[in-house]
Amino acid sequence: MTGYIIRRTLSTIPVILVVALVVFAILRLAPGDPAAILAGTGGAEVDPAVVEKIRKQLGLDQPLHVQLYRYFSDLARGDLGQSLLSKHNVSDLIRARVVPTLSLTIMTEVIALVLAIPLGVLAAWKADSWIDRTVMVIATLGFSMPVFWLGFLMIFFFAVQLDFFPAAGYTPPSEGIGPFLHRLIMPAFATGVIVMALITRMTRATMLETLREDYVRTARAKGLTERTVLIRHALRNAALPIVTVIGLGFAALLSGLVVTESVFAVPGLGRLLLNAILARDYPIIQGTILLISGVYVIINLFIDISYAYFDPRIRY
Amino acid sequence: MASQSGRAALGSGRTRAETVGALIRSTLMAMRRNPTMAAGIAIVVVMALMAIFAPLLFTGDPSAVAPRERFTPPSSGNWFGTDNIGRDLWSRVLFGARVSMTVGAAVAVISVLSSIVFGLLAGYYRRLDAVIMRFMDGLMAIPSVLLAMALMALLGGSVQNVIIALCVVETPRAVRIVRASVLSIREEMFVDAAHALGVPPPRILRTHILPNTFAPLIVQASFIAASAVLVEAYLSFVGAGPPPEVPSWGNIMADGRHYISRFVWMIVFPGIFLTLTVLGINLAGDGLRDSLDPKLRSRM
Repeated sequence: MTGYIIRRTLSTIPVILVVALVVFAILRLAPGDPAAILAGTGGAEVDPAVVEKIRKQLGLDQPLHVQLYRYFSDLARGDLGQSLLSKHNVSDLIRARVVPTLSLTIMTEVIALVLAIPLGVLAAWKADSWIDRTVMVIATLGFSMPVFWLGFLMIFFFAVQLDFFPAAGYTPPSEGIGPFLHRLIMPAFATGVIVMALITRMTRATMLETLREDYVRTARAKGLTERTVLIRHALRNAALPIVTVIGLGFAALLSGLVVTESVFAVPGLGRLLLNAILARDYPIIQGTILLISGVYVIINLFIDISYAYFDPRIRY
Repeated sequence: MASQSGRAALGSGRTRAETVGALIRSTLMAMRRNPTMAAGIAIVVVMALMAIFAPLLFTGDPSAVAPRERFTPPSSGNWFGTDNIGRDLWSRVLFGARVSMTVGAAVAVISVLSSIVFGLLAGYYRRLDAVIMRFMDGLMAIPSVLLAMALMALLGGSVQNVIIALCVVETPRAVRIVRASVLSIREEMFVDAAHALGVPPPRILRTHILPNTFAPLIVQASFIAASAVLVEAYLSFVGAGPPPEVPSWGNIMADGRHYISRFVWMIVFPGIFLTLTVLGINLAGDGLRDSLDPKLRSRM
């Protein structure tokens, strides 16, 4: 077990290095000169002195291997550079945005799980019935829909028409847990639908398999209630693949957050990244993508390790 | 069973035409047995026809501005109403289908072709494997929408660049699939036999290994197309997609976002088309997977 944990942890290092390299390349491969793009915002004449200054500030006047070395040594020290536009430290900008994004992420995952697992179990239990087909079509619809569209429809119906929720915005938890949660429900639900769809399909698929097992037949033959059979015997054994898909669904969740945060005006990391992309503020783009991808890799590492812990048959 | 005959045809040494014929036959038979898949294919066909014949079906120039006819609700003259500067929404949605369909089809074809190259190399030549797969793992560790947006920030907005960015995003998963099937097939007896007969490796790859990767790849192509159509809409919506003068479902919705409380149709219609298209491709893909790749049937 310890050997496996060490090996699996070490295997994330090349992945994170490649992510860092890709992110490095994104700044350096820009056709034309990012410095000239930045200096030329507004379409006015580009002043070569300004371009030169920005090149220096970005370190683009150095040879590539020097740039690469600097980039990695800055990263190792946790220095993500400064915003080109506001001159703030990227790590400070990120720190200020973590709480809204983290709360939204947790809320989204909770809503998705609470809805997805019962739906998946129900669909598998009533396999091939109209209930099953309806659940499956809804689940497929869930990841065929753009989250921002669902978000707008929700704003239209639940905020504008019915006035159940505030249309947009964010209340920090320090101003009261009630208003904080109330404002998070709509963005979390909009983002959660896609995650819910993935988990529902996986729950149904693995439940279908376990329901065919002999021990399920034995449990039924013993006269246990259907509820006990489904939850204690079948769902428990179907849990591991479901946990894996939660990890994979995290990528969809993080992708969705970038857009939902902008739709619902939540001041989180996604909105920081989106504004940086539109303004071509490269250090912020680098920093946020590195952080988000790093979190994604680490979450999947934990899931793989817990997978091995719960199922001793698994060793790679 | 149709699906099994389809697989058998892929595995044996029949001619290409026979293989394609068997694929089409098994697909048709699967459609009859699987109405959800048939519905998915029907949606995709209708959308594709609308995109192709957009110049015949439109009711007004999609970029003609009419300041006096801003925000007209849907009517017999403007089926979907007009937008914030008086452009006919039906025509814009129709031409938006062209962007989505082009991006979906191009990304699916190009990603599958490049995944064949990388996947065969990684699966067959063990030394390349480590390098290629580490790189693909790194790309896959960046959530797809984020990677696509970052690439668009450096490439600049055009339909062509959207296709390039989405191919970078979608290729790695397909490479994994090709590599996995190469790894399992290269252990088969007929590959050993070919080696023993002195067949050169490129030819082994082409004639013995490649045809066996087709079934999972066709399934993957449909999921890539669905994802590409969806992510293109995200890019257009946030302003990192094709230029604003090209109508696409994402940027039509972006135009409408500030008027959501009173003129909801600007967002509703393009969203319905987008969701239907992606749903259609996904349903078709699910059906194809069930019929072409029975091993994967029980998977989600």
